[in-house]
Amino acid sequence: MSWKLDKTRPICPQMCEQICVKIASGEFEPNQRLMSVREVAVAAGVNPNTVQKSFEQLEAKGIIYSVRGSGWYVSAQTETAKDAVEKLIKSKTADFFGQMNALGLDDGQIKNYVKEWKE
Amino acid sequence: MSELLKCDNLTKSYGRITALNDVSLVIPRGKIIGLLGPNGSGKTTLIKILNGLLTPTSGSLTIDGDTPGATTKSKVSYLPDSSYLNSWMRVEQIVKMFVDFYPDFREDLAYKMLKNLDIDPSMKLKTLSKGNKEKVCLILVMSRNAQLYVLDEPIAGVDPATRDYIISTIINNYNPEASVLLSTHLISDIEQVLDEVIFIDKGVIKLHKTVDEIREENGMSVDELFREVFRW
Repeated sequence: MSWKLDKTRPICPQMCEQICVKIASGEFEPNQRLMSVREVAVAAGVNPNTVQKSFEQLEAKGIIYSVRGSGWYVSAQTETAKDAVEKLIKSKTADFFGQMNALGLDDGQIKNYVKEWKE
Repeated sequence: MSELLKCDNLTKSYGRITALNDVSLVIPRGKIIGLLGPNGSGKTTLIKILNGLLTPTSGSLTIDGDTPGATTKSKVSYLPDSSYLNSWMRVEQIVKMFVDFYPDFREDLAYKMLKNLDIDPSMKLKTLSKGNKEKVCLILVMSRNAQLYVLDEPIAGVDPATRDYIISTIINNYNPEASVLLSTHLISDIEQVLDEVIFIDKGVIKLHKTVDEIREENGMSVDELFREVFRW
């Protein structure tokens, strides 16, 4: 499991987002056990308290759940994680269009650039 | 008691120079805290006071309720900024000395870390490179089962791969009852591991916040903020 963390943004929401992405993409399956807080902290090179906080936030949203003495598991329902990723995609798309608009492109031109880039 | 370290109006003057000026701060248990500041800002002075190597001019400092002394030394594991170990000793002799000295020393852990970092315990300290000497010192300090680990510049002299190993050692050693206070200039390497950072400048605490608060409020990494705050 690899983690890409942007140094200019708080770590906790980034960890939450990436776990949601892994659930939405199927890399993490429903009821699959996650790595322990310490294992994730070592793998990502981040503070264990930050990982703990991320897990707790995801638990509050019903995206993962904890089993006392056993660890953290992906919820059976992955809808919330998928919704979160959907929201993320929309906001990134909006950012992208905003940045391109700032460079003087209108939406039609942006779409042309996207098409060109894909080819 | 969640307060592990407490400073109240701590001041230290060397003659006319004030190294620490009215510093008050609290460090709870279970945190990894970075003490960041330019050269001569008072980092090492603060660290030396909390290890009982210097006495404050005024104000007070307590660790787990006690002022620095024999009791606190059994709870604080300290990595000084320069080595104090006898260079004629073999690594294994130094480990033995630590076993004798500290009841909380975990010998098996020390040997495990020496092995992971490819250091031969039968080598004399003086035959090791500067980086390897630093690794030995850090291993000794992290092998204790202390309540407060105080690391003065733990990653300055080692290569990036070892830096990663040290960082993961700190994470792996994490214990909700203990805290780690480390001073460094190499902020970008270590900021992700920190709960909180303390910026100190000319003996005054300029900022004491969590890493995520800094990133949230400023939209930049702690390293970038440090450069901004301490720009010449």
